[in-house]
Amino acid sequence: MAAHAPGAGSGSGCSGAGRDTPSAPGAAMADGPVADVLLRRLEAADGGLDSAELAAELGVEHQAVVGAVKSLQALGEIIEAELRSTKRWELTAEGEEIAREGSHEARVFRSVPPEGLAQSELMRLPSGKVGFSKAMSNKWIRVDKSAADGPRVFRVVDSMEDDVQRRLQLVRGGQAEKLAEKERSELRKRKLLTEVTLKTYWVSKGSAFSTSVSKQEAELSPEMISSGSWRDRPFKPYNFSARGVLPDSGHLHPLLKVRTQFRQIFLEMGFTEMPTDNFIESSFWNFDALFQPQQHPARDQHDTFFLQDPAEALQLPMDYVHRVKRTHSQGGYGSQGYKYTWKLDEARKNLLRTHTTAASARALYRLARKKPFTPIKYFSIDRVFRNETLDATHLAEFHQIEGVVADHGLTLGHLMGVLREFFTKLGITQLRFKPAYNPYTEPSMEVFSYHQGLKKWVEVGNSGLFRPEMLLPMGLPENVSVIAWGLSLERQREPPVPRP
Amino acid sequence: MPTVSVKRDLLFKALGRTYTDEEFDELCFEFGLELDEITSEKEIISKEQGDKKAEGASDVVLYKIDVPANRYDLLCLEGLVRGLQVFKERIKAPLYKRVMPNGEIQKLIITEETAKIRPYAVAAVLRNIKFTKDRYDSFIELQEKLHQNICRKRALVAIGAHDLDSLSGPFTFTAKRPSDIKFKPLSKTKEYTACELMNIYKTDNHLKHYLHIIENKPLYPVIYDSNGVVLSMPPIINGNHSKITLNTRNVFIECTGTDFTKAKIVLDIIVTMFSEYCENQFTVEAAEVVFPNGKSYTFPELAYRKEMVRADLINKKVGIRETPENLAKLLTRMCLKSEVIGDGNQIEIEIPPTRADIIHACDIVEDAAIAYGYNNIQMTLPKTYTIANQFPLNKLTELLRHDMAAAGFTEALTFALCSQEDIADKLGVDISATKAVHISNPKTAEFQVARTTLLPGLLKTIAANRKMPLPLKLFEISDIVVKDSSRGPAFFPGRCAEVFARGQSIGKLGVLHPDVITKFELTMPCSSLEINIEPFL
Repeated sequence: MAAHAPGAGSGSGCSGAGRDTPSAPGAAMADGPVADVLLRRLEAADGGLDSAELAAELGVEHQAVVGAVKSLQALGEIIEAELRSTKRWELTAEGEEIAREGSHEARVFRSVPPEGLAQSELMRLPSGKVGFSKAMSNKWIRVDKSAADGPRVFRVVDSMEDDVQRRLQLVRGGQAEKLAEKERSELRKRKLLTEVTLKTYWVSKGSAFSTSVSKQEAELSPEMISSGSWRDRPFKPYNFSARGVLPDSGHLHPLLKVRTQFRQIFLEMGFTEMPTDNFIESSFWNFDALFQPQQHPARDQHDTFFLQDPAEALQLPMDYVHRVKRTHSQGGYGSQGYKYTWKLDEARKNLLRTHTTAASARALYRLARKKPFTPIKYFSIDRVFRNETLDATHLAEFHQIEGVVADHGLTLGHLMGVLREFFTKLGITQLRFKPAYNPYTEPSMEVFSYHQGLKKWVEVGNSGLFRPEMLLPMGLPENVSVIAWGLSLERQREPPVPRP
Repeated sequence: MPTVSVKRDLLFKALGRTYTDEEFDELCFEFGLELDEITSEKEIISKEQGDKKAEGASDVVLYKIDVPANRYDLLCLEGLVRGLQVFKERIKAPLYKRVMPNGEIQKLIITEETAKIRPYAVAAVLRNIKFTKDRYDSFIELQEKLHQNICRKRALVAIGAHDLDSLSGPFTFTAKRPSDIKFKPLSKTKEYTACELMNIYKTDNHLKHYLHIIENKPLYPVIYDSNGVVLSMPPIINGNHSKITLNTRNVFIECTGTDFTKAKIVLDIIVTMFSEYCENQFTVEAAEVVFPNGKSYTFPELAYRKEMVRADLINKKVGIRETPENLAKLLTRMCLKSEVIGDGNQIEIEIPPTRADIIHACDIVEDAAIAYGYNNIQMTLPKTYTIANQFPLNKLTELLRHDMAAAGFTEALTFALCSQEDIADKLGVDISATKAVHISNPKTAEFQVARTTLLPGLLKTIAANRKMPLPLKLFEISDIVVKDSSRGPAFFPGRCAEVFARGQSIGKLGVLHPDVITKFELTMPCSSLEINIEPFL
């Protein structure tokens, strides 16, 4: 995707004393004709000279003289230059037009003949809208609303004085000082006048003044190297206070750079990436498979985006679905269950996944079907969706980071150990754990880290052991524990560069 | 997560000691609660409506405490105090008892008309209770918290509490035509029919949210006493006649709903919490509920269940090495009275009626871990050995992103959801040709469909950055969603091409049609390339 500029080049103009850059073309003029003329004039001058006046005399852009002044300044004490700013009133484009052709209100007045003019017609004139209201408030014209073919405009006076035009003409003639402060500010408010500041230099001889300045080199060239002439040539010093030129380059998105860092951390820790390339998920995988009951508030229309089309997931692994149904409604696998009427229709409802744990459930189900069981470490970082109205602290789409380890005999202590390693890689070393509730993990822990800036503990993630009611219906062996944790990518900053 | 608001001084008085804010915060953290905010009624009003309105409001310090969503037993001051006192071993968990009345048992008869709208009901009596202003407020607040959480905004269960002495049983829970129901509801001075009430409550900020539960049903649920007095029209409003006051001594509680299990849990929670203030503490008088099939049940259930868990299972799941005796002690501190039995490795745990959240051994394991202290558990690394793999699609994406940026393009991250207009009208394509996935319940028009192309997101990004110097060169590599293959956007005639790789079409490139550009409020020419990278995996 690319939006193109008309033609090439930046086309940005500089005005005033301008800024130069280490190797801007202006610098080449340092030793050019303007600088020579300036030095000769200065030699003859009594005291000094003004850069703007010199430019006018020479018939060159003021910017060219400024360039010469700057390059001479860079040579040391040849000249002295004092920056002066003078203010001047100038007409805007509209002001120029009015000085030439009269104010909008005057033009409106003139276009009203003695027998009057329909207001609708008057409004169609170029000056109509602005001029009408001004002429009305000046009491030059009046509107007769009772006229037969709609409102009609008549003259009130026979003639008038166009003060606006007269004042603008004065300014154009360089006599702005003849206007009262109030008159000038009114014209400025009407955007007819602007005050411009002109920055000029008052140039005088320096302590080391000379008209014969040896030419300084701006760049080291291949010729200088091969001939060795660089040994004898003076080089122009760099202007390190110049702004510099940004290089043309592309950029990676800052948040996705953080995503790359997190992928890297997981890969360093031996975690395999899960497929998450399906924004659309069924309620079954998003909720039911995770032992999240069908009346759970997260399954509310207020929190989750459901689909209208396609509204239902037709393909579900029915054997497994039945085991899930039984676990929810009657229990089993050592569980009391939730004891409610589980509905397949509810499970078929399509939605935009509310968490990547749906993808983890799919991955664990695939793992359970592979015999014999092999331990795994999985991760994913991808987009999830919540039915939120956007504001400064709520997004309807964000990225979730998730890590999962499945093995025989994993403990809460293991989960905390893995979290410690993971967060250490993020530069977070002070952790503590708070008991929490999650529908699909038990035990569950919120992870807090001490925030040096805020001077308090802040929640950085959520974690736990997946419930047996989620794992056993999938077919995972009974003594396999699955530890998992999740955090939000949007809440992370870029991890620090580790020091050796 | 529900938030319970309690008066700090009242809480400390009940806990028998005071805490600094930090100490109490620490205690909450350890127990799995969160001291969310320290405030006062005055501060709350002043924040929401300005200082003027707050004048004269109470500045008694309030603790707002976040409670885990499955711990209904901690939703009021009484429950919080009980939980924390047992946790700190200052008291033993009370034993809740259901007793038969001296006289006749209160009866609630369900008629078959309720079957289609609200088939379940349970009931109980709190005898010789003593309310104070604070206790009364807490009693009302607990019902509200239960309504908002486990009762799913009254859809699954609705609670009614009545002054039993103003009524005369047996009670009848039936369903009638709205026009045939007429009574004086809470805090109104005259009688209204159910139809009138539903109209009046449409503008009631609190009650309007519950109307939809019965609004379009031919029959509304209603409970009468033997004299035809209306106790309540669940799940909307109670009758004014049986309203409880600070002077009420005997409370009849009914819970009606569509979920029998949850109705029983809700009743158990209310009576276990507030029987504390009965003359016979923690004792609840039974009520009988007769179902349409003639079967009758006695409530509240107040059932204690025994679970058996091996000590080594707890140790193995948590990663600790505690003796069975110690584990039993830890569990007892969580209101789960436990003892070691059998071979000395078995722990028998008694699940009280307040702990409906304990449905599996893993819930018991968690409580042992909480009592042990999460932060006392030794951190260890699992020995799980695995070789990492990248998901091929993401691997290719990472490679391409860097090359695109190196080629001078800036990466954009745009929303996957957008308006129908963005993917259809604005691109000069008919919406039916896009094969887009449509969202049924978006809150704004910006989220009507999932994007079928990345182009609108990029064009909107350019439109938002019109002030930046040209050229703007953007890219995005991300997922689109289509039911099956779709048609791309309109290009300028003669200035577009289809891209083929390995013999299949993978996308298009070209100069965008001026109509497309204008519809995204842009004026500069734009060209785009959009391809599917999956064939390169």
